[in-house]
Parts: sequence; structure tokens; C-alpha cells
Amino acid sequence: MTTALALAGQVRRGEVSAAEVVDRHLAAIDEADGAVHAFLTVLHDGARRRAAEIDRRIAAGEDPGPLAGVPVAVKDNLCTAGVRTTCSSRILDGWCPPYDATVVERLQGAGAVVVGKTNLDEFAMGSSTENSAFGPTRNPYAADRVPGGSSGGSAAAVAAGLVPLALGSDTGGSIRQPAALCGVVGMKPTYGMVSRYGLVAFASSLDQVGPFGTTVADAAGLFEVIAGHDPLDSTSLERPAPRAVETLDEGVEGLRVGLPRELVEGVAPDVGARVQRAAEVLASAGATVTECSIPELAYGLPAYYLLAPAEASSNLSRYDGVRYGLRVEGDDVEAMMRATRAAGFGAEVKRRIMLGTYALSAGYYDAYYGQAQKVRTLIINAFDEAYRHADVLLGATTPTTAFPLGAKVDDPMAMYLSDVCTVPSNLAGHPAISVPFGADGDGLPIGVQVLAPALCEPLVFRVAAVLEEAAPAPVAPALAGATWSGR
Amino acid sequence: MTGEKLTRDDAAYVARLARIDLTDEELDLYAGQLAVVLDHAAQVAALDTTGVGPTAHPLPLKNVLRPDEPRPCLDRDVVLGQAPAVEDGRFLVPRILGEPE
Amino acid sequence: MTAAETTGWEPVIGLEVHCELRTETKLFCGCRNAFGDEPNTNICPVCLGLPGSLPVLNATAVEFAMRIGTALHCEIRPSLFHRKNYFYPDMPKDYQISQYDEPINTNGWLELPDGSRVGVERAHMEEDTGKTTHRGGGGRIHEAEHSLVDYNRAGVPLVEIVSRPDIRSATQARLYAAELRGVLIATGASDGRMEEGSMRVDANVSVRRAGEAFGTRCEIKNLNSLRSLVRAIEYEITRQVEVLESGGTVAQQTRHWDEDQGRTGALRSKEEAFDYRYFPEPDLVRVDPDARWQAEVAAAVGAMPADRRAALAALLGPDGTSQARTDQIATVVEHGLDGLMTTAVEAGIGATLALARTANEASAEPERARALDPAGYTALLRLEQEGTLSATQAKVVLGDLLERGGDPAALARLRGFEALEADSLAAVMDELIADHPDEWARFVGGDDKLTGFFTGLAMQATDKKANGKAVAAELRRRRG
Repeated sequence: MTTALALAGQVRRGEVSAAEVVDRHLAAIDEADGAVHAFLTVLHDGARRRAAEIDRRIAAGEDPGPLAGVPVAVKDNLCTAGVRTTCSSRILDGWCPPYDATVVERLQGAGAVVVGKTNLDEFAMGSSTENSAFGPTRNPYAADRVPGGSSGGSAAAVAAGLVPLALGSDTGGSIRQPAALCGVVGMKPTYGMVSRYGLVAFASSLDQVGPFGTTVADAAGLFEVIAGHDPLDSTSLERPAPRAVETLDEGVEGLRVGLPRELVEGVAPDVGARVQRAAEVLASAGATVTECSIPELAYGLPAYYLLAPAEASSNLSRYDGVRYGLRVEGDDVEAMMRATRAAGFGAEVKRRIMLGTYALSAGYYDAYYGQAQKVRTLIINAFDEAYRHADVLLGATTPTTAFPLGAKVDDPMAMYLSDVCTVPSNLAGHPAISVPFGADGDGLPIGVQVLAPALCEPLVFRVAAVLEEAAPAPVAPALAGATWSGR
Repeated sequence: MTGEKLTRDDAAYVARLARIDLTDEELDLYAGQLAVVLDHAAQVAALDTTGVGPTAHPLPLKNVLRPDEPRPCLDRDVVLGQAPAVEDGRFLVPRILGEPE
Repeated sequence: MTAAETTGWEPVIGLEVHCELRTETKLFCGCRNAFGDEPNTNICPVCLGLPGSLPVLNATAVEFAMRIGTALHCEIRPSLFHRKNYFYPDMPKDYQISQYDEPINTNGWLELPDGSRVGVERAHMEEDTGKTTHRGGGGRIHEAEHSLVDYNRAGVPLVEIVSRPDIRSATQARLYAAELRGVLIATGASDGRMEEGSMRVDANVSVRRAGEAFGTRCEIKNLNSLRSLVRAIEYEITRQVEVLESGGTVAQQTRHWDEDQGRTGALRSKEEAFDYRYFPEPDLVRVDPDARWQAEVAAAVGAMPADRRAALAALLGPDGTSQARTDQIATVVEHGLDGLMTTAVEAGIGATLALARTANEASAEPERARALDPAGYTALLRLEQEGTLSATQAKVVLGDLLERGGDPAALARLRGFEALEADSLAAVMDELIADHPDEWARFVGGDDKLTGFFTGLAMQATDKKANGKAVAAELRRRRG
């Protein structure tokens, strides 16, 4: 397997058929995913049909698009018409959306072939994919370790080489953190840059759909395909997708890079060392790297754990057993709703619904939700101030490398601390990327994070490309599929 | 706000609001876990937010509107086909005991 | 005086009116806003609240909300949508997208035909719910075995208009509701049909001793007509007074009006009051109509009932201020016949006559009256005004005109009210004058008493078909 963009080029030029590409990847999935469990649904027939259609169009002289024939995995909280979409929850038992998410339509419009739906923490709530109702996904680099979450399935699928590209969603770090733990590229766009229509909502003012890839260029290419205004999403920016691929090689000469201590201190030593190394790489490439401090970032996590559950508690009210999904019978409709939700939701989801309901309830709104919205303003202002002296910021993506399965499930607070470096970008609505940048002493991947102001995706990708260039060559993971081929 | 213990009764009230049946053991477990998280989250109270407005949206959009024109809707059979219970082209639910408001 | 008034209790009433907007599509999606379609045939991922769906605001709904705000003299402000969270099977998302503390319209008022003014606290936008029908147990919710939900109505745009508690009687409440309905229809934003549910009225009723603080209020629901509104409020006032006079306290509750039994009853109360956990709707952005849009809306809002009543009153001048006239004017406007009346007056018909016929006779058949050809109506009034037809005759012909249309003069002839043709009368007058030259000379010289002489002769000569006024007019005309 070569990179996704190279693959698409081959398909478009007729050097290899889409059918062959898709078959190869389906075979790799069938063989390797038993151990990884990245996928909840594999679309053997659907993908083959799509591939055949792509090949027909190429034979007819048409251009199916920039991702022609490329197999893509889609996180199972994105709606795919006629294909079961579970959000890794029992409460959506058997539900098939009657419509496609806008990003899925755009994927298909670019010629990509959706080969399956990937595992996640239930309703995207979690940092390890252990909150899935259908069992966890394993980190391809170590089967006893978590892939991160909530987009663990998508990250693992790309890390194991089962697909070159995947879509995830990021509300508090759910793309970037698993990308870091699995050694792949994962990026969260500016809020509003990518349509949320068809993304099953977790926290509406924080959620964004974003790309996973093995290379920065691939992630940028996928970003370009899915980004841009959507009239079906009122929070979608009135602008087309920015051109991120064509500026990838512009380097970082003259760029000002800030290194906030809050994104470096307190992380595991191996992780901290890699961040320092990344800073040196950028400096050698012509950037000015300056240490700085943004104290308000420390309030990001507490604010996030009030805002996100609050919005989630409302977004998940609709799962009541009336119109679709699971229904547990009851004597009256309220009893039915209570029993359905008790049986259908996992512990983490219940916990966050409770937390969010409490934060919004009468008497507590001002102190909790209201105050958290104000803290959000403070964080945005703090970033704005920092960006007066820096073009981008550099830091860790997550404090540790992949932790063992089961290590944090009984300690919610410990789990939430995985998000400390990622949530500020969600609160501010800014773009950020995690780039693989080496490994720890146990060979577990480490990612470093690049942050930029709103709408500066091209800059984010550009800096990431420089880091990627200097990063150690990727090592095949223990659970790699036959289609894994490095970078 | 910090140090405020979330009691089992508080948890039970919240569970009722959220329409989730929880056992007594679950109530105790969640009450304890939520208390820890709320303690952490209560750090926001420490910040001085005088004169600071809330951010509802990270980006200042306004007046996003659509024209009053019909668009295709869903096939009823497709929708009802996924419903847990149906009668006469409608969604069937067990008896409703109370009024909505 | 009502019973309450005799015992020194003052009713305090506020009305909450939900009106459905006459848009083509729903508030947040492109499904048709239609009444009476097969259940669940106007639904889409958005109004069904399917996972992943998102709302997008209907521009015309905002326009209509602004028209209503303008017509009610409200301040139109930048506004937000909020989520009102509660669980009910007719709510696809188990929250309603509504407006809370930053609504689009605030601080307005409505002037009633009796001259009183009722404050309008707010008029905000929100989405409607689906409809439930109950099966088993006679179709009533409390004895039902199960219920069925139709989401066609879910997402239909509503404006909720909340009055200040300025209303002091059931009669005034009725006036307010009727006037508000007229306003809603006049703005084009709604069709105001209570019986069909496009205008739903709930009443908040409390009583107090004059000068004291407001008492505990009860909300009365299920008022499907203006008549029910009046009956229910009067019942509730009496009920509350009885409770208080017997030493009890009024419990704050929602009560359901039972039309058949003629009483309000408490609904099954819930354990705790609803905690709606309002927070700003994160899937929608701020609505901020600029000055230009507001001006366009203001220009698009036509004349309100109060303005139209004032215009008719101006036609009448000092004659238009008596209570009887005021009532007639209100009737004419209420039935949409002011245009008909104004056309007649502009064509030379006396305003008092035009008002009388329009308010008393034409309004008896308002729909047919609205379909009348204004020229024909004017012609009929002119026949009466010129004395060709007596008042009694004119009313009969008007009845015929309403029933089957046609030419008023021809209708009169059919009835035998032969409006004597002008030439026939002229011929008769020629003869009379020729036969009575001395009397004619004295009349020409200024002896008006001879009008009666000639009128009597004209009546004889025409078998009483001549009209006294017409004869007198003809005499004067000939005299010069």
C-alpha cells in the first residue's frame, strides 16, 4: 500500500483497478481485524459494488475524483444510509439511518470507497474505546493496550494498515489522542469547517469530524474533500474548503512557534522528551521556538467536563425507545423510557448524562454551565493573546502513551485527564493536529501536537509536514494487516 | 461549591430528570464518582469572570437562514419500518400518564 | 357585574396564545407545513430528530414573527434559540427548540375595540410538537391503553404571544383574543383558526382583593373557541372565589376545561415542577434582523384592525364616537367589510347610511358580503340615499343581492319596488306642473309648503310607486 493520494492516482490512471485495491484491503481486514477489532461493520458487498462502479466510470473516461478507489473507514457515529450505525451503543440496536452524513456524501463524491464502520467509545464519550457496547479495540502496537478514544477504531484501522484513510470525530481530543497512541496522523479542523450533518451529536458546540491518515499529505487531502460550507448545518462556516495540500511543502522558515509549558509539563518523560525534540526540529528548519505560558489552559479540562456533558445530556434525550432503536417495555411510556435508557446506555454515558443534567439544572446553571461558558471566553482570549507572539503552538497531544486495557475504567477522573492537552482547542474552536513522532521505551507510539488559530488549517498541516519529515520511520505494529506498508 | 457532597437523593433526582432507572447501588456509585468530577469541574468557580460574556459558539455566525421552500421528505414505510411499535401509520407507545407541561 | 365583582374580588387574567405560522415549510426543515395529511408523511431526519440531524431556520418564519411583533408594537431585538428540555412522546428530540430570555419580540401592546389596552410581554418563535391520539378507554388520555403519535405537526413554526396580566374580565379576554386573531390574520402570518388549532389559547387566571398583590394563578387549557374561553374563565373565577371565601387557598396548578361538563379540572399533577434546564441551542446561531429588514417588514405589515376602525371612524366624524357607532364599526372591520363600505362612501354615499347597511345587514352574511361587487353595492345604497327605495325596501333588495347577486335596480323591479324610472317620474311631474300652474308658480316663488301638495299628487298619479324624497328632489331641481 502506498499513500492514499498515490493510490488514487494509480486508480485514476488505470494502473490498478479499484476492485483490486478494495479486495486487497477487505482481505486484510478479514484476516487481521479479529485481533484488532477496529471494525463493527465491514461492507464487503457494498464496497465491491462501489469499486466496480468506480472502475466502470474510469473505463468510460470519467474522473471519479481525488480519492478514486481509496478504501476509507468511517467512525460508527457517522450516518451511512442503509448501513447499520450503532455509535457503539445498545440503544441504537439495529438502527439504519435513512440518509448519509454530508461528509460521507463528499467521500463518495470524491470516489472513495467506504469499506466499514469503526468502533468507538459509546456516543464518542471516552478516551480508550473501552466504553463500546461491542467490546474494545486493541492498539495494533500492543494488543493489551488501548488505542485511545473515542475514535479508537478508526485510528487502529489506519495504524494496522487495514485502510489508508479514516474519518473520526473530535470533541475533546477524540481524533488526536488515539492518533497519538496509535502512531498515525489525526487532525481536528476549525469548528464549523466540516459539516456536522449526519454526525450523531455528543457536544454540539465542540464536535468536529476530521481525518486520520498515515501521512500528513493524506490527512490534508481527506480534509480538503470533506471540508467546506454545508447549508444543512447552521454552524457551518460560509466558506469553501481551504487548500491545504498545495502549501504542504512551504516549510517553517521564519515561523514563530510557541511552546506553552502547560502542554509540556506534567506529561510522561518520554513524551516530554519527544516534544522537546520536535521543538529542536522546527528550530533547525528555520522557525523561532519560544517557551511561553498560557495559564488559562489549565481550566480547559474542568470547563470541558461541564460543557460537554451538559450538551450531551440534552442531545441524548431523544433515545427514548419511541421511534427507533432499543425499546424495553413498560407499564406506561415513562416507565418504558426509563427502562430503555437504563438498559441501552453504558456506564460512562449514564455518568455523563447525570453530570450534564446536574450542571444544567435549576440552581446550578449559573455556577456550572454558565460559568464554564465564561471560562471558555477566557480561554479564547488567552489563545488570542498567545497568537500575537506566535503563529502556531507546539506541545504534547496526550500526557502518556497507550495505557493498558482496564487500567483506568474504574477511575473516571484518571481517564478524563488524558484530554488535558486536547480540550483547549475544542473549547476555542481552533484547528490542531497530532503527528507521529517516535515511540517510548516500549515501542509505544508518541504523537506531538501542533495548534493554530481558527481557519489556519494550511499552517497546521505545513508544520506537521516538517515534523513528519524528521520523525523516525514507522515500525510495523504487532497486529499489522497484510496491507500495512509504512509511509 | 467545592466539597459539596452529591447525595444519593441528589443522584436520584437527576436520574429522574434524565429518565434513567438506576439501582440503589448504581446511585451510590454515580453519586460518588460525580462528586469527584464536580470537585474538579468546580475549579471554574475559582476564576474571576466579572465582565466576561459567555461563549455559545466559538465563531460569531448570525442569521443563518434557509428559504421557505419544500424539500423531499422521508418515505413513511422506511421510517415506520424501524419503529419499535406501529399502529395505523403512527408510532405506538404505552399509555401516557401525565400531561407534558 | 359578575358575581366576583359583587363580592369585591378582582380577576386577574393573562392569555398565552400559540399561533401556527402560514409558512410553506416547517421551522427548521423543508417538510411541508400542511394540515390533515396522512400521518407521518411530512417527516424528515430533522423534524423526526433522527441521530445526526440538525435544524436550519426558515427565513419566512422569522419574517412572519417580525410582522407579528410589529403589529403588536413590540421591540424587535437580536434573539437566541434555547432548548427547553423535557420528555414526552410527541417530542422527537425530547427537547423543544424555543426562545427563552432573549426572544425576538418584547414589550408590546394591543388596543381593544372598547378602547382598553392590554400589554404584550413577548411574542417568541418555537417549534410545534407532534400529535398524540389515545386508544382504548374512550379516547381520553387518562383511561387510554396506549397512544399513537403522528409527527406531521412536529417542527411546524409557532409564535407564542404572552400577554401581561392586564385583563380583568372574561369579556375583556374574549375581546383580546378576537382582536389578536384579527391582527394575526391581517399580518398574513397566521389564519387564526381556534377550532382547527392554528390558534391555541391558554388562560392564566387568579383573583385578588383590589389593591392587593396578585393571587395564585391557575393555567386553563383546552379552550377551543372564544365561547369556551369566556365560559372557562368565568367558571374559574367563581371557583377560586369560592375556595378563598371558604378560607382555603388556591393551589397553583394546570386545569383542563371540560366543555361538556362546563368545569375546569386539575390535571394529574407531577411529583415535582418541571426543570426545563434551558440553555442556548448550540446548533443554531443568533438571529439579528438589521434595520433594513425590520423596515421592509414594517412596510409589509398592512393596516391593523385598530387602524381600520380608526379610518372608518374618521369617515363618520363626530357621528362616529357613540357606543352604538363604535360597535358597528367594530363589526364591519371584524368581518372584513370596511373596504366595501369605504368604496361606497368615496362614491358619494353618506357614511352613516353606509355604516348602517354594512354593519347591520351586510354583516349578517359576511362571506357573501365580502364577495359583493362594490359597484353594485354602491348602486343599491345610492337608490336608498336618493329615495328611490325606502329603507325597508333597500334592506330586502340587499338580502336578494347577497343571495344571488345581480343588478340592484333589476332586483328591485322583481320585487315590485319599482324604482320609478327617472323619465317616468319626469313625465308625471311635467303633467302635474302643467295641471297646476298656480301652485307651481307659488312653489317656484319660494312656498316650500307646496312640496307636500305635489308629492301627494305624484303618489296618486303613480300608484304610490313614486318615492317622496325623489319627488321633492325633482321639484327642487326644477325650481333651480
